[in-house]
Amino acid sequence: MDSLKTLPSDDLRAVLWRFADRYDLQMLIQSVRAVARGPVARAVANGARNSHEWTKEKADLLDAFDESGITALFMEPARGGYIEGPKNLALALTAFELSWVDAGAATCSLAGNLALEPIHERGTDAQKDRYMIGAVPPQPGEERTILRGAFGLTEPLPYVGVETGMLGGKVRVAEWPEKGEPLLQIDKRGRFITNMDFANFVCVAVDSDDERIKGSCMVILEEGDPGTFDRGAPTLKLVHQLSSTRDPVFNMRVPANRIIGGYRIKDGVLIPNFSHSEIIEAVFKRTRVTVALMSAAKLLSAVEPIIRYQRGRFRGGNLEPGSPRYELGIQQKDDAVHRLASIWAMGEASASLGFAAARIFDDLDPLEKEKDRLFRDLGVERGRQEMKELMKHQDKVVTAIDADQDLSDADVLLRYIQIDALANVLCPASKLWCTGQGATVMREAVSLMGGYGITEDCPGFLGQKWMDAQLEATYEGPEAVQRRQLTFTMTQPVFLATVRSWMRQLTRIEKKIPGIGAETTAKSFELWLTTLEFLQTHKDENGAKLYSSSRQGTTFQLADALSWLLASFYQIQDLHHLMTAGNESPALADELPSASAFLVDLCLIQAVKASGEAARLMAELFYGYIWEAEATQRFTDLRCGMERLIKGVGEAKTRAGRSLAAVMIPEALDYPQ
Amino acid sequence: MSVFHIVVCAGVVPDPLQSLVPADDPAKPALKNELMLPHVLDPWAEHALYEAAHLAKTRDGSKIWVISLGPKAKVQQVMMKTAQKAPFQLIAVDGTSSGFSDSFAAAEVLAQTINSIEEINKEQLLLFGGWESASRASGTTLQLVGEMLDIADQFQGVDELSVLPDGKLRILERLEGGEHQISVCTGPPAVLGWATGNLPEPPNNPQIGMVNMRQMMPALQKAQVADLSQPTVYHSVELPKQKRETQVVRDKPVQEIAREIVEWMRLR
Repeated sequence: MDSLKTLPSDDLRAVLWRFADRYDLQMLIQSVRAVARGPVARAVANGARNSHEWTKEKADLLDAFDESGITALFMEPARGGYIEGPKNLALALTAFELSWVDAGAATCSLAGNLALEPIHERGTDAQKDRYMIGAVPPQPGEERTILRGAFGLTEPLPYVGVETGMLGGKVRVAEWPEKGEPLLQIDKRGRFITNMDFANFVCVAVDSDDERIKGSCMVILEEGDPGTFDRGAPTLKLVHQLSSTRDPVFNMRVPANRIIGGYRIKDGVLIPNFSHSEIIEAVFKRTRVTVALMSAAKLLSAVEPIIRYQRGRFRGGNLEPGSPRYELGIQQKDDAVHRLASIWAMGEASASLGFAAARIFDDLDPLEKEKDRLFRDLGVERGRQEMKELMKHQDKVVTAIDADQDLSDADVLLRYIQIDALANVLCPASKLWCTGQGATVMREAVSLMGGYGITEDCPGFLGQKWMDAQLEATYEGPEAVQRRQLTFTMTQPVFLATVRSWMRQLTRIEKKIPGIGAETTAKSFELWLTTLEFLQTHKDENGAKLYSSSRQGTTFQLADALSWLLASFYQIQDLHHLMTAGNESPALADELPSASAFLVDLCLIQAVKASGEAARLMAELFYGYIWEAEATQRFTDLRCGMERLIKGVGEAKTRAGRSLAAVMIPEALDYPQ
Repeated sequence: MSVFHIVVCAGVVPDPLQSLVPADDPAKPALKNELMLPHVLDPWAEHALYEAAHLAKTRDGSKIWVISLGPKAKVQQVMMKTAQKAPFQLIAVDGTSSGFSDSFAAAEVLAQTINSIEEINKEQLLLFGGWESASRASGTTLQLVGEMLDIADQFQGVDELSVLPDGKLRILERLEGGEHQISVCTGPPAVLGWATGNLPEPPNNPQIGMVNMRQMMPALQKAQVADLSQPTVYHSVELPKQKRETQVVRDKPVQEIAREIVEWMRLR
């Protein structure tokens, strides 16, 4: 089989990540790429990251986002946007392209959407019209100031943080005219609030400090409202310096119609239609996926600079062109190319998991709206009543999945239950794994560039990308928050049925594409299900349950193990799709055979690594407690069976290494350094 | 006010940033992995398109057609970016864009295609393209298309076009040493082979892109196949003799850099 000839093309990526039929998204990529590798890269190369202040050079990026359509992307066409329907995949691709160069620029762009997301998800029609239309860049000849938003949730608690059940920010009734709308007094201190240098409206989360207001809510504050709109001091962060971050203070009066989603009055008490936790749940459910893609982009962006560095390592001395040492540099040695293959494999898995999550949310959005409409018509209230109603259908969904029935034409509720169960796992898993493991592997990428890796002028800005990855693992919910969410969602019967169906699917894929690592992953899922079952049904020697929300020593490890396997699964599934659908694409006729052979090797390398990591985590849990001999033997047999399936990974690494030493790369990186 | 029907002949070429390595196939000169490399709109034709976009924007009723003779899949890929630059109608012709095809055969295909567009009024026709090409071609195709369409007014190496108040066209053609030849012709039809022009690349406009693409995707689907096979035999092909000598020097005065370049040129 030929080795990889060129780096994967856009056409190949479009098939692999399932947007080959979406020219709107393919155009979006070109648009965002021009900004990322143009103004963003020039700003980084000119040292714009070396200041906490919001400089003109950074502010100019906002104009570049506006001109290229990045700002208007979030909006519906009726409100000035240009892409119809759900935009999770579109936003994920935007984050991916910007983070290919600088994730801070991606944060800067996406934070505006984060501010609009509460309004988009739960806002009233009037709020949507005002803020979403206002956030579209003015057209030539239009006289208005663009609205730019910030999302004000995080507080000094006492350092920095978010607690869904606890808020320092307060709302009180300032005035309540007899026949008029209440006027609210808002007091909020923010910490780490993105876009605060230029935001002219802020969506803040506040809790009631008044018996005439029930619970918590989110409120929109505008710069011109009466009171104090203090942008605060710049946050002294070490990373993502192309985004603006400050610690603002608000002390303002606003009409009650600024409560996101509206309110009702009952017995003289103002009741917000949505609590702040209901809103942020809907918001973060979606926006966390884009953060996962930031780290994925960095790993893949590291490949080309590392190859160029490795090949040119010994040039410049007295070596003559044509000699292996001159042409291949340190790519003559196995270790250099094998480690690079591992980084590339992690990048592929990471992107596959992230984009799968984004696509799932594109599927979920219309179903969720349909479900909400249905329940509204039936008089089913949000919360427990809705949960009860959904639970009635759960068994039907599990039975259908276990029978490998296609639910795409099924009843809305059944489809919603199926997709929601998966989305509730993929969102935290992608955020957790892509950013956390991504940060670790970016360190490896930096190390492959030697001393050059930790300089400002390292091609591809790898050192900065490594540092930035730590923020991605932290903001929008740090790793512990994602693990905690997985603790609940990964044990839901619908998701467990989905895992069982994946195991059958993986076995079929392995038969079609031997050596892709599918069987290894299937066995690892079996090991994971077995471990979960034992943890859920056994107690420790003190009689305490081993699987409970308070026992994070077990649940979190199991969440980590699952995340490794999910990434590997989606990598394999994407490649299987490419090798099937790619054959129908004339654009891939030359590229597909060698590219898919190389990607099969990367799948195996990653599957073996993922299975090994997951097995290690599960073994700690399994052997860490005292089980009966029979149960231990079952785990041991399963683990040994899985490990026997990793045969051939050494040869896969050798082939991948040969490809990396032969693949044609461009003459130079297509963005400055 | 003059209204123009502007046809831009714009092929696609491998991205010049890629490693362009001649392939060892004596029967068919080509580049290594040519169809796997990312492509771009031929840079000279790209300038022509931007100039056309500017001209059409300032002349109500004017329209742009882009005729692209190249591998359909690559043209589609390139259009994902180009379609966002200006409103135009794409007419794709599926065929090789290799610089090793015969320019006469390519010109015949392009001329026939232009003749088949019923909407075009020849009296308003401005035929735009690049005076050179990054496809390793000889740079003669556009002139031949003009000849085949009986257009006598031809200008090559154009850097600027302005429309005078009386409707005449004032054209600056590039000479050596930063000098230009200034010509005035009575108006269309005319052929303008652009050098770099002098207008900036328009920013991407996704709304324009979406409108263009609705028409382009069907146009790509039904692109006619052009047979450019001809008896031309290439006995040998080699890269131009060129050696890159890079120096990294900080803070050198401009005068000093200019002196070094002049000295280097004198030595050669």
